[in-house]
Amino acid sequence: MEWLDQERAPIYEALERFGKMRVVPFDVPGHKRGRGNPELARLLGEKCVSMDVNSMKPLDNLCHPISVIRDAEILAARAFGAAHAFLMVGGTTSAVQSMVLSVAKRGEKIILPRNVHRSVMGAMVLCGAVPVYVNPECDDRLGIPLGMSVEAVRQAVRENPDAKAILVNNPTYYGICSDLKAIVEIAHSNGMLCLADEAHGTHFYFSEELPVSAMAAGADMAAVSMHKSGGSLTQSSLLLTGPAMQEGHVRQIINLTQTTSGSYLLLSSLDISRRNLALRGEEAFKRVAELARYARREINDIGGYYAYSRELINGDSVYDFDETKLSVNTLDVGLAGIEVYDLLRDEYDIQIEFGDLGNILAYLSIGDRPREVERLVSALAEIRRRYERDPAGMMKQEYIDPEVAVSPQEAFYADKESLPIMETDGRICSEFVMCYPPGIPILAPGERITKDILNYIQYAKEKGCSMTGPEDAAIERLNVLK
Amino acid sequence: MEFWFSEEQTPNVKLSIRVDRQLYSGKSEFQRIDVFDSPEFGRFLTLDGYMMLTEKDEFIYHEMITHVPMAVHPRVKNVLVIGAGDGGVIRELTRYHDIEHIDMVEIDELVVEVCKKYLPQTACRLDDPRVDIHYEDGLKFIRSCEDCYDLIIVDSTDPFGPGEGLFTKEFYGSCFKALKEDGIMVNQHESPFYAEDALACQRAHKRVVESFPISRVYQAHIPTYPSGHWLFGFASKKYHPLKNLDETRWNMRGLKCRYYTTTLHKGAFYLPAYVEEMLEDVE
Repeated sequence: MEWLDQERAPIYEALERFGKMRVVPFDVPGHKRGRGNPELARLLGEKCVSMDVNSMKPLDNLCHPISVIRDAEILAARAFGAAHAFLMVGGTTSAVQSMVLSVAKRGEKIILPRNVHRSVMGAMVLCGAVPVYVNPECDDRLGIPLGMSVEAVRQAVRENPDAKAILVNNPTYYGICSDLKAIVEIAHSNGMLCLADEAHGTHFYFSEELPVSAMAAGADMAAVSMHKSGGSLTQSSLLLTGPAMQEGHVRQIINLTQTTSGSYLLLSSLDISRRNLALRGEEAFKRVAELARYARREINDIGGYYAYSRELINGDSVYDFDETKLSVNTLDVGLAGIEVYDLLRDEYDIQIEFGDLGNILAYLSIGDRPREVERLVSALAEIRRRYERDPAGMMKQEYIDPEVAVSPQEAFYADKESLPIMETDGRICSEFVMCYPPGIPILAPGERITKDILNYIQYAKEKGCSMTGPEDAAIERLNVLK
Repeated sequence: MEFWFSEEQTPNVKLSIRVDRQLYSGKSEFQRIDVFDSPEFGRFLTLDGYMMLTEKDEFIYHEMITHVPMAVHPRVKNVLVIGAGDGGVIRELTRYHDIEHIDMVEIDELVVEVCKKYLPQTACRLDDPRVDIHYEDGLKFIRSCEDCYDLIIVDSTDPFGPGEGLFTKEFYGSCFKALKEDGIMVNQHESPFYAEDALACQRAHKRVVESFPISRVYQAHIPTYPSGHWLFGFASKKYHPLKNLDETRWNMRGLKCRYYTTTLHKGAFYLPAYVEEMLEDVE
C-alpha cells in the first residue's frame, strides 16, 4: 500500500480509465450514459450522466470492496486518523444508524443527550435499543441546548452500568462541543463504547485550532457528514471506526440497509473531497474560520443581534466551540430566528441553514467568499432597521426534560389511536415531531406528552417553523398509544 | 493582421471592435483588467472581457448618470459614488463648485491605478481635494452610513461578478438609510433589450421600488453597451425627477455638455411602451 498517498483518488481515477475504454453497456443503469434520457443528460451534462455507472470489476463494489473503493477507504481512514473508514451513500443518517445498530441490540441502553438528530432515534426504533437521556444544559439567554456536562455523564453511567455506549454530538448544530476526551475515558473505563455524531464536524479533522475530532479523542465510531463542511455531494458521508471495532461486523450492519447500487457520483465526490481536504483542508478551514470571525464582528456591530462564539466556553457543558459556525441569536431584535430566516429568503434571496425560536445559523464553508458574507451582514442590518420589534414576549427554546415511558421501538409499533393534538396531554406519543431543520425531535416515540410540549409545538407552528414527523402532515392530530 | 476585440453580448450576438494594440492586461484579486487602443472608439477599458467604457462614447454615460440628479436636487453638498473606478463620474461631479465632499468607494484599487495611467480622459479629477477614495466593498461601506448623503451614484459593473452585491435589496435599503431626508440615488440600470439583461433590469427595478417612495427609470443611447439602449434608475425620498427639475437653475450654471440638456432630461424619462410594461410588471 506504500504507493497510496493522499494525492491519489482511486475511484475517480478508475472512472477516468473506465470512460476511456468506451465499454458498451448491457447493464444498468438503463439510461445508458444518458442516451435513453436526453432531457436528463441536458440538465446534468454529458460528463455527469456518463459517470453514473454500475458496480463492476474495474470499479469495485461498495458492498464488498476489494479494489478501488477499498483503496479509497484506506486513504480516507488515514486522512481522518481512523482504523477504518466506510464510504456511505445514504447520507449521514445511514452512517449514524449503522453506528447505533453496530453497538446495541433490543433492550440494550445507550446514553445520549436529548438533542440528538432524528436518525439516532430512528436507529433505536429499528433495533429496539433504549435511550438514557443526559440533560444537556441550556443557555438561558440564548435558549439553546449546550453539551453534556462530564458529571451528568458520570451519573448516567453510575445509574446505568449496563449501558452499551455513550453517544456525543461533536459539535451540536450550533457549534457546541462537550468534553469528548473525558467522556471517551468514562465510557472505556466502564466497558462502554463511545460514538460521535460528527454531522457538523468534518472540518475538525483538518485543523489544529478547531475542537478535537472524535478519532483524535479516542472515540470508537464517528458519523462524518462529508457533504456538509467537507464539500462532497449531498447524501455522501463517512463512517469512521477506531481500533476496537471489528470492520467485518460493521460492514455487515451497513449492508443491512444500504443500497447495493452505490452511486459513483457520490463515491467519486467522497474520494475527490477527501483528497482536497487532506492536501488543502487546513488552509481552507483557516480561511473559513477567519471569515466567520469577521462576520461575527460585523453582525455584533449592527446591534440587537448576538453572534456568539468561544466566549461561551465554560470548561464543561460548553467545553469547546466551533468557530466556523455562524450562529446568531435574534431575540433582542424582537424577531424569532425562524422569522429572520424567512425574511432573509423571501426579501433578500439569501438562504441560510435554519432558524429556530431564538437563533439562526448561517452555514459557512470552503465555498464562501467575502462578498456573500457582506450581503448576509447587510441583509441582517436591513432586517433590523425595517422589522425590529419590542422583544417582550419572545419565547425561547427551553429544554423540556423528556419522560421516556416505553422504548422507541415498542411505541412506534404499538397499537395506537389518532387524537387532535391538544387532547393528547398526558398520553404516550408513538411518532416523531420535529422542526426541520435542525431535525432534533421535540417528541420521540415512547415519550409522554405534556402541556409544555404542546404549547411549544403550537408556538413554533405560529412562528412558521416547518414541522415534520407525524403521519398527519398538518400536525393537527398525533398518534398516541392506546 | 486582423486584431479584434469581441464581446459576446448574448450567447448569440457579438460586438467586435478592431484593435490597434493592447496597452495593458492584468488580473486583480477581483477581475481581469484590459486596456486597448482602437481606430473607431479610441482607447477602451474592459473588465473580465466586458466593455466598461470607450473614449468615444463614455461622455453619454457619465453625463447622464451625473447631471440628471444634479439638475433636480437643489443643494447637493455631500455625494457618495460607488464603483466608478474609471473616474468619469468624479470628473462630471467636480464641475459643480458647490459640492463640498465626495466619497468614492471602489472595490478594486488596480482599476483606479490602471485608469489613472491609461485613461486620463476620465481619470483626470481623482486628485481633486474634495474626493476621498475608499478601496472597499460598497455594500460594506454603506452599511454604517446613516442620514449623511444628498446624492448617491451607483456606477456599478454588471449584476454578476464583483458588482453583484450592488444590485441587491440590502444594498438599495442601505442606500435609503444613508441618504438624507431629501436624498437621491441614481443607479446604472442595465439594458431592457436582450432577455437576460432585461431580467436583471426588472429585478433591480423591483428592489429599488420596494426601497424608495419615488422610483423612475430613464434612458440613454450608448453604442458600445449591449443593444445600445441603456437605462438608469432615479430613486428618491422627496424629489420627483420631472416635477422638481429646475431647468433655469441648472442652465444658469453654464455647464457645457455634449449629451445632456435639460430638454433631453425630460425626454429621457419617456420610455418605449415595452420597457414601461416590463417595469410596471414588477412595480
